[in-house]
Amino acid sequence: MAVITYREALNQALAEEMERDPDVFLMGEEVGLYNGAYKVSKGLLERFGDDRVVDTPITELGFAGLGVGAAMVGLRPIIEFMTFNFSMLALDQVFNSAAKMLYMTDGQFGCPIVFRGPTGAALQLSAQHSQAMEATYVHYPGIKVCTPATPADAKGLLKAAIRDDDPVVFMEGELLYAMKGEVPDSEDHVVPLGLAEVKREGGDVSILTHGKMVHVSLQAAEQLSKDGIEAEVVDLRSLRPLDVETILASVAKTNRAVYVEEGWSVCGIGAYVSATIMEEAFDHLDAPVLRVSQADVPMPYNKQLEKLAKPSPARVVEACNSVLYR
Amino acid sequence: MARTKEAPSSALAGYDREELHRLLYLMLLGRRFEDSAAEAYALGKIGGFCHLYIGQEAVGIGAISPLREDDYVVTAYRDHVQALARGVSPRAVMAELYGRATGCSGGKGGSMHLYSAEHNFLGGWGIVGGQIPLATGVGFAIKYRKQDSVCLCFFGEAAVNQGAFHEALNMAALWKLPVVFIVENNRFGMGTAWERVASLYDISQKATAYDMPAAIADGMDVLRMRATIQEAIDRARKDGTPTLVEARCYRFMGHSMSDPVHGVYRTKEEVEEEKQKDPIRVLIDQLTEAELLTEDDLNTLDERIKEEVEDAAQFAEDSPDPEPDALYNNVYAELNPHGRLFFDDLGR
Repeated sequence: MAVITYREALNQALAEEMERDPDVFLMGEEVGLYNGAYKVSKGLLERFGDDRVVDTPITELGFAGLGVGAAMVGLRPIIEFMTFNFSMLALDQVFNSAAKMLYMTDGQFGCPIVFRGPTGAALQLSAQHSQAMEATYVHYPGIKVCTPATPADAKGLLKAAIRDDDPVVFMEGELLYAMKGEVPDSEDHVVPLGLAEVKREGGDVSILTHGKMVHVSLQAAEQLSKDGIEAEVVDLRSLRPLDVETILASVAKTNRAVYVEEGWSVCGIGAYVSATIMEEAFDHLDAPVLRVSQADVPMPYNKQLEKLAKPSPARVVEACNSVLYR
Repeated sequence: MARTKEAPSSALAGYDREELHRLLYLMLLGRRFEDSAAEAYALGKIGGFCHLYIGQEAVGIGAISPLREDDYVVTAYRDHVQALARGVSPRAVMAELYGRATGCSGGKGGSMHLYSAEHNFLGGWGIVGGQIPLATGVGFAIKYRKQDSVCLCFFGEAAVNQGAFHEALNMAALWKLPVVFIVENNRFGMGTAWERVASLYDISQKATAYDMPAAIADGMDVLRMRATIQEAIDRARKDGTPTLVEARCYRFMGHSMSDPVHGVYRTKEEVEEEKQKDPIRVLIDQLTEAELLTEDDLNTLDERIKEEVEDAAQFAEDSPDPEPDALYNNVYAELNPHGRLFFDDLGR
């Protein structure tokens, strides 16, 4: 297995899928000539030409809608949002057109489209550029959402998303792009949607999480281990479809769970997952499920305040200790 | 800006009798169909919102009738007659208004969301202006596949103030996407007159901002409407050039069935005066004057259409509701082998 960055893994997935299927095209701001704001699409313009790697005006609503229209008649667009913060301008097309397409048309028109880009905070980008949008998207039936945390998952899930016949919101992490990891060499490295992965096994407490927070959770688990507590870290990878089976199996094993997410807690992913656990595994719980999330405030610019607002390994350790009544 | 002039009024030139009778058939069908929908709505057989096309028939029929089978139509929620003009059967449209399984959207769309893949009729969109980027995407796909189809995109004048309109027109002009953007200027966005919400009255001038050809069409005259659109279609087919067409028309009914025909926003007298320019009367007069239509022809045609519309209503009436399990059908194209997609108390 080759060791490559998360960015290179995404780039490989894009290139391989564009090679495989001529109906796949990439569109967004700076994706072509500039090689992508985060260089995810590096070299693709040169390789596939400007019919298939399309630089757009700054017009999120417009090009998201254009993608949906193209998908209606059978193309398979990949629409890049420079970050999901900007996707708010496009939400009418994502929710009112893409998500409802198949249903309103009673199956006559589908919408095989991928909306991708980074979600969540980077460093000191302040309130408008530091938002985790997963919960917003996962709320709408008709949409699938996935959030890869490692290079291998980035490649495998993106390939699955592009091949999926439904609209898939594919959420990356700005701070993950440079992360290195092993990625299987095979072109058939596809990670199906709806499969969580236990990133670390443990029997004392389940840390359920997704995206960038997988790494925060793994750090917390290491700290807990020094203290004799073995935490299981479950990376959901897809938020819809959701691997309820793996979540419940982990809870049945540890009887305690903490959800760690980058976004806000109100109507968040932690709320959704913990409600599911409460409804379906209440008898397995020895403590209430706790949630670790971003502070319930817009993201501040100041470095110290920002640090305080983000979930940290220390806060995850504290929550784990709390559900263990330690 | 290349600005085409209004179509010439020597309206009948170039048409044979059969074609003209086909247009009259569609115009009358549209009117009788909407009358029947109004009646059914009043009886509670049609639910939700129901926006009728009465008065505007010449726009949709004039624009859609010259299309080829491989062309596309994308429109807003005032879509019944446009679906009929594209060839969707009155039965399938009426059954959809009744919410029946036999409707053209399986009873899941209703009046505002009519679709027919078979007819390249891409609906049926309920958010003002939301369909304009979609049509641009269809134009993108046509160009991507190096085809010579075109996409017609209908929207009301009030949609012109939405960002989606400007974003879509910019890209269509920039990339030469074969879309004909048709503004149905019926002068009122619900109860708000266009001049009360527009800093620039002349909509066709907005194309200047995108270096796009524009035209003003007489939306109360199906033949002139058709001639103007034909020029735009030809231009799009030739090299992808899009056009903005402002079709000036008038809606004889309220915004939807739950809105008044007149009231604070327009007077009864104004509506009555506009009805003197009824597009169906205009076409009948043109054909009669040219001795291409007799009173008998008209009566025979109208009887046939009445029967067709009655048949559609009866079909809708007799059709079943969708099965309960249709509730969860077609939310997702693929029910993934892994993971759960539905989380409500019924679906999990």
